[in-house]
Amino acid sequence: MAERGRGGPASTVEPGTAERAGRLRRALRPLASLWLLAALLLVWELAARADPSPFLPPFSVVAARFGEDWFAPAPGTLLLSERFLDAVPVSLSRLARGWALAAVLGIAIGVLLGRSRAARALASPVIRFWMSVPGVAVLPIALQFFGVSDAVSVFLIAFGSVWIIATHTADGVAGVDPGWLRTARSLRLPRGALLLRVVLPAAAPSILAGLRVSLGFGLVLMIVAELYATTAGLGHDIALYQQTFRYPEMWSAFLLVALLGIALNGAVDLVERRVLRWRRRG
Amino acid sequence: MEITIERLAKRYGDRPALDPISARIGQGEFVAVVGPSGCGKSTLLMLLAGLLPAGEGRVLLDEVPVDGPPAGVSVVFQDYARSLFPWLTVRRNLALAAVAERPARAELEHRIDRALRSVGLPDTAARFPWQLSGGQQQRVAIARALVAEPRVLLMDEPFAAVDAQTRADLQDLVLRLREEYGVTIVLVTHDVDESVYLADRVLVLSPAPGRVLRDLVVDLPAPRGQLVTKALPRFAELRAEVFRLVMRPVDGAAP
Repeated sequence: MAERGRGGPASTVEPGTAERAGRLRRALRPLASLWLLAALLLVWELAARADPSPFLPPFSVVAARFGEDWFAPAPGTLLLSERFLDAVPVSLSRLARGWALAAVLGIAIGVLLGRSRAARALASPVIRFWMSVPGVAVLPIALQFFGVSDAVSVFLIAFGSVWIIATHTADGVAGVDPGWLRTARSLRLPRGALLLRVVLPAAAPSILAGLRVSLGFGLVLMIVAELYATTAGLGHDIALYQQTFRYPEMWSAFLLVALLGIALNGAVDLVERRVLRWRRRG
Repeated sequence: MEITIERLAKRYGDRPALDPISARIGQGEFVAVVGPSGCGKSTLLMLLAGLLPAGEGRVLLDEVPVDGPPAGVSVVFQDYARSLFPWLTVRRNLALAAVAERPARAELEHRIDRALRSVGLPDTAARFPWQLSGGQQQRVAIARALVAEPRVLLMDEPFAAVDAQTRADLQDLVLRLREEYGVTIVLVTHDVDESVYLADRVLVLSPAPGRVLRDLVVDLPAPRGQLVTKALPRFAELRAEVFRLVMRPVDGAAP
């Protein structure tokens, strides 16, 4: 969004000083909110240098390691390292499969529950039970069933996310403005059109909130499952480096997970802004 | 389409909303229903639209009893914001009105364009409802009603949420559409002037539970116009009569 007056060949009018200052301030605003983060990283750096320990290397070392580990260009791989290509696609594919499964099931269950008060009353104790069980607690059970395999991660991610998506969807669907439903009835919309054109879009704010929260859960469960139940992936890498005393690499993998989380959140933000354009009316 | 109302009544729990009402509305007729607030006039309209189940009695459309929203009947609601779907463009909002009968694509496009032209908004198809003014949104709602090619148009206080200038525009728009589409119209309103200005007949309902106090023929000449019609002595007489009927029952009982 940072549209600068300078450098753009299309800008014919030189912006005034006040305007330029305003633009500068706007461009710097995101940076201004990052000062606390920068300060914390600085504290990390100084603390690690003041009291060196192999367990906590200075941030500068981790950052250098991070660049080497993940972005050292291997031939024919754009800027990404072999290590990146070995770990990230595997992990993200598990997350995508698990989360997509949870989204499909969760929205379907949520619509059923949201449309029927009776179904809601019947199912709510069950859902509340599963929502109170931390997804991680299911890991040993899943291991028992699936063995050390991809299926454990996918199952765990899906299972840990589906209830949140289902309850958010049910809330959204049950709360659709009766005015819209009445209009839909008077238009004699068939079931499919009613669902796709009216109910789901009207419930979209709540559904997207559920998807956003569940994505965070999914990321956590992805890492947890990989710590125990796989032979590749980011979680597996973190555990491996920790067990083999390669602490800078452990921290660098940790950093990558954090950045992935931020990127995924940003992606959901974009989708949300696009899909919910109509909410910013007026 | 002819509407026959046979001893139609409705209760909400213990509270009677509508006492048995009987009336006939002929093909192409424009009937306004007025009455004090809470008299059940909106309930009557929802019963005609098949959006509420009747308590007693029934509604016939050309001899066919109404149970559920009938084909050939379009409804325009008061609150356009809760009637148009803000996540759909104007074109898609209008297209929904024809989903039930699945016309061919070209036919649908033609109907949508015609309806938008009829309400004076030919260039808004790609916009979203919330990008339009209140009056424009209500025009879109009316255009959507037209896309279904209705034979009956039911309007529930359609001009209550817009300013006076816009209201006058929309009233004249409805008169024009009636000529253009030859549709039977039932309009619920609390605005006495509006009922007399627009309708061929005014049904005056009593306070709740509503029953028909008077079925008044509006013998004003066509075509009607805001200035000409409202300046006629007969307009003033009819207006005064409807006003008296609407106000009478609460004389001396006002809080």
